[in-house]
Amino acid sequence: MSHAAERSSRWLTIHALIVFAFLYLPIAVLVLYSFNGEGVGGFPPHNLTLNWYRTLFDDAPIWDSVLNSLTVAFAAMAISLAFGIPAALALDRAQFPGKAIFRRLVLLPLILPGIITGLSLLMLFREATVRLSLVTVMLGHGTALISVATTEVFAGLQKLDRRQEEASLDLGANYWQTFWRITVPNLKLSIIGAALLIFTLSMDEIAVSFFLIGRNNTLPLEIWGRLRRGITPEINAISTIIFVFSLIAIVFWYRLRVRAEGAPEVGAELIESAIPECT
Amino acid sequence: MFSRAYRTAITVPPLAWVAVFLLVPYLLMFCYSFWSVTPSQEIVHSWNFGNYQDLITKSLYWETLLRSMWIAFRVTIFSLLLGYPLAYFLSFHAGGRKDLYYQLVIIPLWVSYLVRAYAWKTILGTDGVLNTLLQYAHLTRHPLEFLLYSPFAVVLTLTHIYTPFTFLPIYASLEHIPRNLVEASHDLGAPPRQTFWRVIFPLSIPGVLAGATFAFVLSLGDFLAPLLLGGPSGIMISNIVVTLFGAAYQWPMGAAISFCMLLLVIALLFVSERLEKKWSFS
Repeated sequence: MSHAAERSSRWLTIHALIVFAFLYLPIAVLVLYSFNGEGVGGFPPHNLTLNWYRTLFDDAPIWDSVLNSLTVAFAAMAISLAFGIPAALALDRAQFPGKAIFRRLVLLPLILPGIITGLSLLMLFREATVRLSLVTVMLGHGTALISVATTEVFAGLQKLDRRQEEASLDLGANYWQTFWRITVPNLKLSIIGAALLIFTLSMDEIAVSFFLIGRNNTLPLEIWGRLRRGITPEINAISTIIFVFSLIAIVFWYRLRVRAEGAPEVGAELIESAIPECT
Repeated sequence: MFSRAYRTAITVPPLAWVAVFLLVPYLLMFCYSFWSVTPSQEIVHSWNFGNYQDLITKSLYWETLLRSMWIAFRVTIFSLLLGYPLAYFLSFHAGGRKDLYYQLVIIPLWVSYLVRAYAWKTILGTDGVLNTLLQYAHLTRHPLEFLLYSPFAVVLTLTHIYTPFTFLPIYASLEHIPRNLVEASHDLGAPPRQTFWRVIFPLSIPGVLAGATFAFVLSLGDFLAPLLLGGPSGIMISNIVVTLFGAAYQWPMGAAISFCMLLLVIALLFVSERLEKKWSFS
């Protein structure tokens, strides 16, 4: 390696270290101060304690909101898979007028700020005189996240060997049987990956929920409400717990994606499909 | 090979759902933007351009929109400055550790957006981690006030959020560059700098455009970071929309601003697609 190349390599390494520090600083602060006896802020942290975790476990409204979020996330997952998988199949193998517009419309929520999706649905529910509740939040998340299911399953379909489905049909299986016994098993990794992604995105979603929520809060909205009143290390404690769970989910998801894709650039396809001509 | 019934079965349900829950709401937003509100807070369906006139003539609206675009622009530039060299480092210099580093970049994406914005608040506040650290180290005597409740705090936080998003497509485009092109450039005697600017960078432009569009559009529409960290000078256009839909009860005006944002997003996607097509070599 030439002298110049070595030098540029060193600068790149330093730059990478700085970016990683920038990305992880808030997360480190968050975790550290969840154990801080003196509340949030103040350097150095002292009086390490588990008190905030104790307060958290006795905090009924937080756990109610966790339950609400889990319910919403499962419902959103069901809706977006139920419509996202057929949408991906339709984009892959059906021709119909307006297909290009349909594709754009389905994928638009990927890149649209949540406020627009949330507000437009709020107007729909007002005109239809639907009362806001967790159900409207489920519909909102489900609709926005169809984009994720469609993208992931469509990517899986590109790798699917269509001859298997042909063989199944030739051998007398009907479309329904072929779908459940050939198509779905072949797309298993894509579907599980999409489900996991949808679940996590829904658990964290706040912009759409913000406008569609009724009386019962989801976890991010409960946290939001408390942040506006003032900051407490209890929020750090719940965030640390969420972080640990997300970490488990992401390692699992990553393994799945690498198995499905074989390439380590997983995740990029979501952004690429938001801007269709990218690849 | 697929029968008509099968194609109908896979096409109609998603088409119907998208029509009801995406297309109709956008059209409804369009309609609302021409309506108005009576003093007794009733929405009347009288069609006029009043809201759009207000958007152009009232400085509160267009100045905030411009300021939001300026904030989003800075976020985009900083995300690219952080994300591009990182992606380049991973793709060309990380060797066997590539996989590990890649996971390290995407892990923060999975940490709640709200929680990370809040963490920045605890870092930047007057009694926050940074100020107390600076005083502890005797670098400053009084807390630095400009850190929190300023556009600076919003730009910093949004850059933190969107750097991994800009990194992803750039990294993907760098990974797709055939390595023999790079080798050919070396073999023909081009120094590394020339190889980068003449071969690698042009081929990565589609990724840069995708990442930039993503960061710009999503930070333009953000209203949580400004509410949490922006203070009065960091208010963005979406905060105004939130107020119009909330306490102010001016839904039609809010709809007009939102619809303009929707059009802006679609226009940006259109431009960025055109540019990407121009720069992609396959």
